[in-house]
Amino acid sequence: MERKLRILIAKPGLDGHDRGAKVVARGLRDYGFEVIYTGLHQTPEMIVKTAIEEDVDAIGLSILSGAHLTLFSEVKRLLKENNAEDIHLFGGGIIPDEDKEELYKMGVGKLFGPGTTISEIVDYLNETFASKQEK
Amino acid sequence: MENENIKKAKEICSETISGIPLKLFYTPDDIKDFDYERDLGIPGEYPFTRGIRHTMYKGRLWTMRLFSGFGTAKDTNKRYKFLLEHGETGLSVAFDFPTLYGRDSDDPLSRGEVGICGVAISSLADMETLFEGIPLDKVSTSMTINGPAAILWAFYIITAEKQGVSPEKLRGTIQNDILKEYIAQKSWLFPPEPSLRIITDIMEYGSKYLPQWNTISISGYHIREAGATAVQELAFTLMDGFTYVEEGLKRGLDIDTFAPRLSFFFDSHLDFFEEIAKFRAARRIWAREMKNTYGAKKKESLLLRFHTQTAGCTLTAQQPENNIIRTAYQALQAVLGGTQSLHTNSMDETWALPTEKAALIALRTQQILAYETNIPNVIDPLAGSYYIEYLTNKIEEEAYKYFKKIRELGGMVKAIEMNYPQREIADAAYRYQKAVEEKRRIIVGVNDFILPDEKLEIPILKIDPRVEEEQKERLANLRKKRDNNLVNKRLKELESVAKGKENIMPPILECVRAYCTLGEICRTLKEVFGEYREKPIF
Amino acid sequence: MNTGELIERFEKKEARALAKIISLVENNSTVAQEILSRLYPKIGKAYRIGITGPPGGGKSSLIERLASQFLKEGLDLGIVCVDPSSPFTGGAILGDRVRMSSLFLESKVFIRSMATRGSLGGLGLRTKEVCDILDAYGKDIIIIETVGVGQIEVDIAKTAYTVIVVLVPESGDTIQTLKAGILEIGDIFLINKADREGADRLAMELEMTLKMKEKNSPTPIILTCALTGEGLDELFQEIKKHRNYLEENRLIEKKRKEIIASEVKELTEEKIVGKTWESKEIKEILDHLVDEIYQGKITPFTATEEIIKIIKGM
Repeated sequence: MERKLRILIAKPGLDGHDRGAKVVARGLRDYGFEVIYTGLHQTPEMIVKTAIEEDVDAIGLSILSGAHLTLFSEVKRLLKENNAEDIHLFGGGIIPDEDKEELYKMGVGKLFGPGTTISEIVDYLNETFASKQEK
Repeated sequence: MENENIKKAKEICSETISGIPLKLFYTPDDIKDFDYERDLGIPGEYPFTRGIRHTMYKGRLWTMRLFSGFGTAKDTNKRYKFLLEHGETGLSVAFDFPTLYGRDSDDPLSRGEVGICGVAISSLADMETLFEGIPLDKVSTSMTINGPAAILWAFYIITAEKQGVSPEKLRGTIQNDILKEYIAQKSWLFPPEPSLRIITDIMEYGSKYLPQWNTISISGYHIREAGATAVQELAFTLMDGFTYVEEGLKRGLDIDTFAPRLSFFFDSHLDFFEEIAKFRAARRIWAREMKNTYGAKKKESLLLRFHTQTAGCTLTAQQPENNIIRTAYQALQAVLGGTQSLHTNSMDETWALPTEKAALIALRTQQILAYETNIPNVIDPLAGSYYIEYLTNKIEEEAYKYFKKIRELGGMVKAIEMNYPQREIADAAYRYQKAVEEKRRIIVGVNDFILPDEKLEIPILKIDPRVEEEQKERLANLRKKRDNNLVNKRLKELESVAKGKENIMPPILECVRAYCTLGEICRTLKEVFGEYREKPIF
Repeated sequence: MNTGELIERFEKKEARALAKIISLVENNSTVAQEILSRLYPKIGKAYRIGITGPPGGGKSSLIERLASQFLKEGLDLGIVCVDPSSPFTGGAILGDRVRMSSLFLESKVFIRSMATRGSLGGLGLRTKEVCDILDAYGKDIIIIETVGVGQIEVDIAKTAYTVIVVLVPESGDTIQTLKAGILEIGDIFLINKADREGADRLAMELEMTLKMKEKNSPTPIILTCALTGEGLDELFQEIKKHRNYLEENRLIEKKRKEIIASEVKELTEEKIVGKTWESKEIKEILDHLVDEIYQGKITPFTATEEIIKIIKGM
């Protein structure tokens, strides 16, 4: 049986803008991924626990409120604390280039901004997991 | 006898962004049934299609009102003074996420979000700082606040009181439109029933004590930004409006007392003529329904007065300077559509909050429109255009289909519980994305006319990370200095009124006078009313 | 992480190990069988509750409420939510857990979303095995939520001891239109969103229909409103009652054996079907047989005999 990639799409913090997250979730589904959506107002703790239980391959954080530096670093920290650093972290939203650089330095994966197509995200995820074979 | 070329031309069709089919050109045949008196009337007369006033912009130009707020109240106060100095004619407050959700800056869930996408207002003291040096009897202020609207309104009213300005002199708007929060913007607090009670309390209190204040800004902007089409934006917004009217009537309020203070807020999106037609249809539908369905008698009750914001979701991160042009076209649409108040987006908003320079350009966009183009001198110049009148009729027709469907579902509140508008919006958003990805819809700089290896060359606003600490300190000091016994007393009084049926504004005002914080007041109310939780669909 | 290490951490009750083992089994990985045989002796303690019914019934919200009740009694919970995979793309949006957010931080609750991945019933291909793993992990209660898109919901009876069928007044469900079988498998019937019009009427219709099929004791029909919590105590009590009834009459063993039997049957069928259509020999002869049938030389039945001959020889 073909191994399915499982992606968690999460809305951390108080940001209520979910148009993008929902469109991405649907889009990934249309490209054959299994997508779990967390819903709004998730704390980093909730997101990491969900990611572990669902054994997702990647977490995509959607942040349009500007609180990305705090939220990404908190999620990263919790993944480390829970021995789950192999779960890939990426995301999207309104993130200035300068902050993107800082996040990349922290070890966060690609950050997608306005104008990104679903196929770009799909290609990125497929490439990232190309090496992951069925165990 | 039609020649071949004309025949071919007539077969060409396209569609509006909302999917309304379009011919290549329109003729009198397309508005065969047109009746000037019935369908248009003169501006300022029923059905107000052409505009709500006889003189429109010659009598009073639209208000140039830029949505702003970031960091602390002090930071934002500076920006307000800057904009007023440069010709802005109305204020518009953008609050940060914690404030939108009724949480103080030192709430654990506020971490990392204080002052980041709006101004942090946790107490009366913050509001006083926000308007320091700005006389509240001389400006009109719009506040984008929904769940905790009653409390922020109270902050404003008491700030004015401290300035020596009495409530009946205050002019402005609170957004206070909870239905669209459930549908689109998602900054809710309580479940629908208590929320509607609060909104009706606000309408009642406002009609008694603040006759110049708009107690709701029934909004389509957020619905549109979430992905809706123009027709959906119009239909869902007006249905929300009808619902609030019905709530007011249920309460026993006189429609001609509260209706004149209902206002609206629309998006100005990409499809030039569709947007203008949408604004005209909105006025006509509202006037007709208020008169015929709800029995309003006063002219003021029939007027759909609206604020417009140019569409944020159409801005691009790529080649951001192009956003200035998009905003200019969208501002033009709003003016040709007869808006009463206008916010123009800044070019850098796909990256961060606006810098001073970007905000200034946005303001200048409006001023050039107002003073250089001569457009404001003649009202509703597009009236009589076969295309515009056809489109206005068509959009109205499509909106009525939605009204029927929603009424069949049992009304807007039921429809929202069933996720009906949310699903329509999510579907429309997905279709739009597919259209862009398949290049059926071109976005300059994004899927065509791309600059490879673009480097961002405009300055980006950065919020000082110290803002959160500063706010926490302020709150700690406030809590030390105030009379905490009085605070507890007032909160208890609020709790008992919340549990009962009296108007909730007076006890909230008392809490505010005692310097209860936003979070404290909301927590008390949450305990009585509960918290709303959505059941999302895709 | 090698298998031994994984099982060790599983036994130490590490959630990550549990999750990883579930994935290995769900993906039919080569070590899945080994792991399952190591875990199998531990299975049998957990009580399994299945929740099924048409979409829009509020199953997820009900589960959230039910779960908090169980938590109050100090029980350890596993929740498995199944959603349909797209038949065209193979992908899925697993959107049930999003309605149980109040449980997200409970350490005693483990929620896992599964896609059907080609299975035609209301369960995913490996849902039963996933329940087994949660059982071995030490969960007291396992709640399984099926797809609910109106297909063969009856699958749930093959994996749960108590089956709860959730209906709503206005899903247009008059009893006649309910899928055959759903009425048979329900141990408890729930009419959710009971504050809506038509709830009482539906309850009456249901009662009359069930009476006609009744064996011994009447099947409970409960009116609930997940929003207000109305009827939930009753539901909780009925579940307890049903469980006691099964335990007192030693029916749990019977049910468990039924579940195991159906699992074995399914796995066997899966294997045979898989082997059959993957066989090169059969693939080749299939084309030939189809031609013959098309030309009227043989019938589909004859063709089947030919294929079976080959399978027997394999």
